Parts: sequence; structure tokens; C-alpha cells
Amino acid sequence: MPHKTFMAFIWPSLLAMILFIALPILSVGYQSLFIEHEQIVVVSENCGPFGCTKEASVDAEAMAELRAEQPAGRFNGLDTYSNASHLAFDEIGEIFATSENFGEIRNRIMNLPFYKALIFTLAYTFIVTPLVILLGFIIAIVVNSIPKLLKGPVIFFSLLPMLVTPLVGSLVLFWMIDSRGIIGAALQTIFADPSLSLKASPALTWVTLFVYGVWHSAPFAFVVFYAGLQTVPQDTLESAMVDGASRWERVRFVTIPYLMPLATFIALMQLMDNFRVFEPIIGFSAAASATSLSYLIYNDLRAAESPLFGSAAATSMLTIVGVIILLLPVLRRNWREFNRKT
Amino acid sequence: MNFRIKATIVSAALTASAGVAWADCGIESGSVRILSNDFVALHAVADWAGKCASDTVEVTRNQTEEHKNIQVPALTTNPASYTVAVVATNSIVPLLNDGLIRPLDEYVEKWGDQLLDSQKIVVDGKIMAIAFMANAQHLYYRKDILEENGIDVPATYEELLAAADKLKSAGVMDAPLASNFKPGWNVAAEFVNTYLATGDNFFEPGSAKLAIQNENGLAVLENMKKMLDYMSADWATFDSNSTRPIWEAGENALAIGWGSRTSEMIAEDSPAPEIAKATAFAAAPTFNGNSIPAAALWWDGFTIAKNISDEDAEASFRAMMNGLSQDMLAENADAAVWLIDGYEPAPSATGVIANLQGGARPYPMLPYMGLLHTALGDNLAEFLQGKESAEQALADVNAAYTTAATEAGYLN
Repeated sequence: MPHKTFMAFIWPSLLAMILFIALPILSVGYQSLFIEHEQIVVVSENCGPFGCTKEASVDAEAMAELRAEQPAGRFNGLDTYSNASHLAFDEIGEIFATSENFGEIRNRIMNLPFYKALIFTLAYTFIVTPLVILLGFIIAIVVNSIPKLLKGPVIFFSLLPMLVTPLVGSLVLFWMIDSRGIIGAALQTIFADPSLSLKASPALTWVTLFVYGVWHSAPFAFVVFYAGLQTVPQDTLESAMVDGASRWERVRFVTIPYLMPLATFIALMQLMDNFRVFEPIIGFSAAASATSLSYLIYNDLRAAESPLFGSAAATSMLTIVGVIILLLPVLRRNWREFNRKT
Repeated sequence: MNFRIKATIVSAALTASAGVAWADCGIESGSVRILSNDFVALHAVADWAGKCASDTVEVTRNQTEEHKNIQVPALTTNPASYTVAVVATNSIVPLLNDGLIRPLDEYVEKWGDQLLDSQKIVVDGKIMAIAFMANAQHLYYRKDILEENGIDVPATYEELLAAADKLKSAGVMDAPLASNFKPGWNVAAEFVNTYLATGDNFFEPGSAKLAIQNENGLAVLENMKKMLDYMSADWATFDSNSTRPIWEAGENALAIGWGSRTSEMIAEDSPAPEIAKATAFAAAPTFNGNSIPAAALWWDGFTIAKNISDEDAEASFRAMMNGLSQDMLAENADAAVWLIDGYEPAPSATGVIANLQGGARPYPMLPYMGLLHTALGDNLAEFLQGKESAEQALADVNAAYTTAATEAGYLN
């Protein structure tokens, strides 16, 4: 395709990407370098229904002048990235200097908010993604081989988890695993342990979130694989049958290699999606045991009365870096295949 | 504490002026746009403010739980999207910090005869808000169960834990106690309640430097952990909404809960009428040998936006005066613990009133208190789960608070 034609086709989406993706990212990056102005605090007598006290309050007029001069705030360089709520370089240095063994180092690093969230985020990403691909593939194979009459309804029901809004889906499951809910009560009976609670133990909370993640995303993998299965060349399959290949061998040596590019595509999408895991943590009230990078951003912006924009921006930039690192192997693989073809 | 609960003696003059105001509130023209939280008492106030609407006076409202998140951007625009922002002890702080609300002194002088001095929220010598209701957490208990087991209503945390222990060891209940321990805002509020009862302050005097890494801070945490022995294993998901059905299922006999939730707990149309009838309220327990109830006192009140015309501001103030009128109070006496003149406490108000009389301390209205609240909410769960020591939990809170307060410009 001539470059001119290519540009003519690409420019609308290019423009949209610059406006709605590149510029916001630049703006967030810029914001992450700044923190709030130093507050000018006055102490005065404040009164209310419960009496009077000498209390501090912010001098709003003086602050307004400061903000008018420098709207972005105080320049802080990369210090927000390295502070205790993010990469915590000083704290890690101290941990290495004062810890006695590896176990202590690990525990103390895991206690830092950013690393705690990162570990859960990575665990979620690397456990849920392969399971989604595997489960989606199995469902697709099974659905593909059932009688035509049943196919429609089965496909519809298999897609349901993906149609449900993530927050609603997690809330439904949250109530089911309550010790009064159907799953929670059933588990207590099966294990004959009345104190068993999926909500209480950190390990079980992680498992619950993983199960939810697989349940929610498997239909996506299923749909993609199912579409792919319709295009598997029938003559190759038939010649495999003539050669005496079993059902398993046909799947292993014909279907799977044929669907491999699709698996790469699903892996790419799922890695990105799962790295931003957020809704189930809110839906399952799981923040006591599991926090993710997206949850940290949400917390910075929503928990306090005044949002911490700089801190949230820094976590966002670190999340983008994380996604890029995660996708590099998959993208490199795609790039090589592309080069091989051309 | 200058909180007063007067007997219902409504002066003839007040009734007369309220009667006149009821017609059209006497407002010539203007636009009143109310932003507030979403619960029964605030609906009543907004309804009565809405009665001032006429051909020339427009009254609109947006009552939503998201009010805290939209108030700053909504009042920053010029003209502001709302003329009245209904706030609480904590949510007024960002409006004050950014200078988004106007002093009310001149309006109070002209149109605020009905107000008590205790309703005026004075910051730096100027009236910045008008409070109209109080709220606090306190003890909920089951009269029937305590009586059957010969337990007096607990007045201290020691007695509360002993009562819970008695119920548990007698096999009456597995988890007799409930408190909002969900990580985040809720568990932080419980820490704040109990820490206030030690008499200590959260910050070093005259600075934003945190001062909770002390014996009292540790004692508060240990106390919270002891409470877990008598709470359901699902405590990490407990907030006001999730504990209510458990209480109504009869699985708790003692709980620490909000005053603003009491009227629905004892309502006649409760889904569990027997339990509603046996539910009673008392002051929050005192802590560690002190005499202060372990509860932060909160007020709800209204503010008027700065970025609006003087005409709209005056119309808004006068409409809100109608919202807080004696007629509103007469119709909604049990909807809240009103701070309005002539309020007589209903049974649902027992707990909050007992807190006030016991000398409970207000939630600090400091510009950096919200940052501490967040830091507490994020860092207490691991200690409560038994994964780290109380000292480590307080150190984590300190680190998180210090980082946030530095970024917000309160610390260097």
C-alpha cells in the first residue's frame, strides 16, 4: 500500500488515539512530577455544636494566590515515584540493611503498600490468564461437538458471565459465598467446619478472586476459540482421521497449532485486562487481604476528602510501565512472526 | 460542651414568623440548588426548603451518596452548580481549604433569628456553616438477651468484652458482638472513636505531625483485636449495611453502630419486629479507665457557595431556614438528633444524647484529618488479621500518613 493511501486511512484513528490516549497519558505523567503547594495554616478558635477549640485551618485566600501563580503545584521531580507509598527506595534500602534473613526481607517488602498490591496484581494476572485460555478452549471444543439443536442455548449460557457487569457479578458471588449464602453454607457442611469463611482468610480470599476472574473472562476466550474452530480446515482433519489419528491427537496436532495465534491474541488481551484488576476487590470487599495497583489509584483519588493527584498519577505511570513489560514477550513474538512472513 | 436540649417551648413570635415564611418564605427571587447526602433527615430538610419554590424562586436538589466527590468540582465553577452544599464535620474541610464557601454572618443576622448559637460553625471568627443535626456511633444492645443472662448494660469496654464473653461461653451466641471493621473508612472510624476516648490528641499541638505512636494507640489496637474474639469471622466485610441483617437475624446481642441508623433498627415495620422491639441504645463504652464515651461526635449542616450571586445566596439561606423550621421539626422529630431549638429526643436518639451528655469528643475538623483517616483505613487490617504487630501497624499508619501529608503540603 502506498504511504499516502495508508495515511489517508489511518489518520482518523491516529487523531483519536493522540487526543484520547497519548495526550491524557502525557498529562498524567506531567502531573506525577508535581505535589500540592505547601499549605499556609492558621490556628484560630473554631466553634461548633460540641464546643470551641483552638484548631488549625487552611488560609484559603493565600493558597488561591499560590495556585494562581503555579497551577500545577510544587515541582517534586521523581520523588513521588520513590516515596514510601510507591517504589519506596529508602525503605527497601533500610530493609536490606537491617534484616537478618531472606524471609524477613520478603515479609517487610510485602508490607509496603505498592509491593503488596503489585504481588497480588501479578499473581492474579499469571494465574487467571492461563486458566482462562485453558477453560475457554475446553468449553469451545465441547460446545463445538454438541448437537446443533442445543448449541444456541449452550452458547448463550456460556456467555452469561461476560454479559454481567463485573461489579454486579462479583456482588452476586460475594453474597453466595457468605456463610449464609448457598456456596458458603454448602462448603461449611461439606468440610464440617462451621467457622470456615471464604471472606475471612486472606488465602481463601485470593482463591475466591481468582475463581471469579476465571469465571468472568472464560467466555471471552471461549467465543474467540469457538470462532476459530469454525475455520479449522476440515480436509486436514479428515486426512488425519484417515491416517488413524485419535480424537485427542487431532486436537493436539491439528486444532491447537491452528488456533495458536488466537491464543496469543487472548493472552495479550487478558494480560492487559487482568493487570488492571479492580472491580472484584470492591465487589468482594476484599481490600483487607488483596489490593491491586488500580485499587491504589482509586484509593488515592476517592478515599480522602482531598484527592492525592500526584500519587495517583505516579501509580498510573508505573502501571503503564508494568503493562509494557508484561506485553513485551508477546509483542516481540508477534513482531518476529510478522517479519518472517514479509 | 454547650449543646442544649431544650423542652419544646416554641415562642409565639417564632411560630408566627415560621407561619408567614411557610407561605412563600418571603423570598422575592433567586435560584436555590441543593447538593446533599441521601438519607431521611436530609430529605425532610430539602422538602421543606423546596416549599419556598414559587414562580420567581427555583428550588432544585441533588441528593446522592456521591456528594462528597462532586462538591469540590461543582462549587469551583463560576457560577457554581449548587448554591447550597450540605456537609458533615469531615466534608466541609475541602470546601474550606479551597475557599469555596462564603461566610454567613450577614445572613444569620438578617434571617437567622431561629438559630441557636450552638448551631453556628465558626471558623477563624466567621460563621461558615449552620449545623442542624448530630450523629455518633454508640452501643446497640438486646434488652431481652442481656436480662435473661443477668448482664447489666456495659458502660466500659471491659464490661462489653466481659458481657460478650459470658454470652459466648454460655453458648447463647457464637458471635455476640458486631462493629464496623471493614478496612477503609469504617475501621478507621472505630480507631478514631476509641482513640478519642483516651483523651489524647492525634497530632502534636500546632502541627500536622502525627502523635498516635504511643501507649494509647497500642491499647486501642489491642482492644480492637480483643473484640474480634467475639465477632463473626466475616468481620472484614462489616459496615452498617452488612451488619444490619445480621442483627435482624438475631445473631448479635451487642454492637457499635451509628446513631443515624437507629430509627430503622427499632422501626415498627422492621423485617424482624421481635428483635426491633428488644433493641435498645446506650452511650458508647468508655475506654481504659477514662470517662469519655468512645465515639466521635459528628454534625451535619449546610454551607452556601461562594461563586454565586448575592441574590441566590440570600434566597438559598432563607430557603434553608425554612428547611430547618419548627414545622419541619414537628413533622420529622424522630428522623435525626436535631440541633434545632425545641427538639425533644426520640427513643432512637438515646445513644447519641448519652454520648453528648457523657462528654464524647468531636471528630477533629482539621485539614489533614482526612489523610490520617485514609492511612488508618489502609493499614489496620493486617494487624487485626494477626499478620503483624500493633507497633508495626502504627508505624505503617505513620509512614502512609506522612507520605500523604507531605504530598498534600502539610508536612515538609
